[in-house]
Amino acid sequence: MEVFGLDCRFERLDAPVPTFGARVHAAQWSALALAVAEAKGRLVSLWGSDERAVGDGFAVSAAYASADGLLWVKLGLDAAKPVYPDISRFFPAAIRMQRAARDLVGIEAEDAGDGRPWLRHGAWPADYFPLRLENTGQERFEAQADAYPFVVVEGDGVHEIPVGPVHAGTIEPGHFRFSVVGEKVLRLEERLGYKHKGIERRFMGMDTDEGARLAGRVSGDSTVAYAWAYAMAAESLVGAKAPERAVWLRAVMLERERVANHLGDLGALGNDAAFGFALAQFSRLREDWLRLNRECFGHRLMMDGVCPGGVARDLDADACTKLRRQVADIAREVAELKDIYDEHSGLQDRLVTTGRVTPELAQRLGLTGLAGRASGQAADLRADFPWPPYDGLAVTACTHRNGDVAARVAMRFEECFASLRMIDALLAGLPGGAIHEPVLAMRDGVGAGWVEGWRGEVFVALETNAQGRIARCHCHDPSWQNWPVLEHAIIGNIVPDFPLINKSFNLSYSGQDL
Amino acid sequence: MWHILKYVARRGRITEPPPEPLAGARRPAHLIHDELLAILGRALAIRHVDAGSCNGCELEINALNNPYYNIEGLGIRFVASPRHADMLLVTGPVSRHMEVALRRTYDATPAPKLVVAVGDCGCNGGIFGESYASRGGVANVIPVDVTVPGCPPPPAELLAGILAAVRARPPVGEGEAAQADFAPGFN
Repeated sequence: MEVFGLDCRFERLDAPVPTFGARVHAAQWSALALAVAEAKGRLVSLWGSDERAVGDGFAVSAAYASADGLLWVKLGLDAAKPVYPDISRFFPAAIRMQRAARDLVGIEAEDAGDGRPWLRHGAWPADYFPLRLENTGQERFEAQADAYPFVVVEGDGVHEIPVGPVHAGTIEPGHFRFSVVGEKVLRLEERLGYKHKGIERRFMGMDTDEGARLAGRVSGDSTVAYAWAYAMAAESLVGAKAPERAVWLRAVMLERERVANHLGDLGALGNDAAFGFALAQFSRLREDWLRLNRECFGHRLMMDGVCPGGVARDLDADACTKLRRQVADIAREVAELKDIYDEHSGLQDRLVTTGRVTPELAQRLGLTGLAGRASGQAADLRADFPWPPYDGLAVTACTHRNGDVAARVAMRFEECFASLRMIDALLAGLPGGAIHEPVLAMRDGVGAGWVEGWRGEVFVALETNAQGRIARCHCHDPSWQNWPVLEHAIIGNIVPDFPLINKSFNLSYSGQDL
Repeated sequence: MWHILKYVARRGRITEPPPEPLAGARRPAHLIHDELLAILGRALAIRHVDAGSCNGCELEINALNNPYYNIEGLGIRFVASPRHADMLLVTGPVSRHMEVALRRTYDATPAPKLVVAVGDCGCNGGIFGESYASRGGVANVIPVDVTVPGCPPPPAELLAGILAAVRARPPVGEGEAAQADFAPGFN
């Protein structure tokens, strides 16, 4: 396939979502980035790898979302001087990904503005690159000096509020540096990477089945999305297809994961606006939901429910009946709670116009997923590239244009109703047959998976080595794109609204820290 | 408001009796109150620290606050600062980048300074193990009283582990109320 008139051939990968791969040279690398940006495509992910084992030096990969599908391009880099053209000029979201690729693989984006480390704090020295093949990942280092230069805001009455890494609630760790005047936030700078636990290094050398367990633990709230994206990658690598019943069950689980998270968030958002009733009721519904997960899928969060080749557990007729009955119950309850939300002027007062991201800003910064759709970015893989079983469900992306907390709340209600409808339709028409076909390992294979998780698009790139084990597995969370936008969403708002705004995005720390 | 009250009234109370420490049986809440009072002399304050988890354990810890488990009704609550806490509930594995923060949190916690390590990763590093970036289990960094395995452990097991950690402490002495133990301060 030819793309944007570039003279490189894209090969289609054997994945249910249209995915194309190509090796490019440096000029094509930049030309493609420009072409995708001009066509209003998105940067999905950027990562590095060490390919010296197959005699290719290092490599940098980028994945773009275009109208044709996912484009995965790989640029080989000189082993002695691994540098590549910066693409953050076209996609601001690339900045942190490029910094992370430098920290992990030691490849450098030429003339990129921000030279600070991102995932490396003080745990390992600057000349150690955990994903390089000469390193085992088992090295131990004395803690290094860790002085991170935050951008300083100066002026009369400006002061800083440092928050974290240990936060006040039951949430993940990260550092926020607010520069404020009085209560008003002038600037927020995030520093993440506290949860970096070496996931990508851990993948290297695993067999593809072991990898599935690890992929399901990149971000616990999106375990089904990751497990499915990973399974899609492992299956596309060998050209295998999961049985029809299995992919329907995967969709049931993915939509149940979406509903579970939306129920949790809707309650927490109400609570952050001092509406405790909402937390009590939504957390009750979420608990009902998780208990039935455990009964029907064997796990409250459905971890390890999706595996390469299919799913781990079948549903019997009795379980289907229970699940469908619950869908009806929850739909009724959520509708009633939505009325209460809509009519509660005190609550709406806190939500409307708070933490606003305009559609223009969202487009420019690459805001994606649920938060993107709340700011007029209509991308939803289930609607844009409906892979089975979504091809039969007529999914339309819910969107709003206000881009405030209220819009992100409204998105959750609407997606909740849409997912409930889908779960019911899937269970009503569940095809028969096997739920698992073993997927064999393949040597020197390449596979990719791309799934619309509850937060946004989850992407997995998987490559195997000459022994058929994992050479490189890169898992990408949409939080990479959305964290930098949160820094903009808070500007001009007051400090006490930060928890509310932050929760309305509900981004993953673990998924981006890896 | 009428709509809210009606909604609340229709659902009634759904709180379930809490579990025995590390067992399946359930016991009435007032016995737990008595026990907490006998052992701690007051309600139990917990500070949660995520030292590098996948966030799965946090979802289940949050679930303890829902009306089914109603942990506050038992006299147990989550607090925002280690200085207010009797217990640290730590999820792991402990990433090297969180090691210092975890130690400082521990240092800032006054006695009795109970530590419960949560999840397979908090127990022994789990699937992430030990590496250039991970210290593995919580016990590799701070002393641990009780471990609660599971990936993630369901809320009832978390609650059982929390109660087991409290019970592992000797009750406060008559009259003295273990002054030294409960004086505010950092140790």
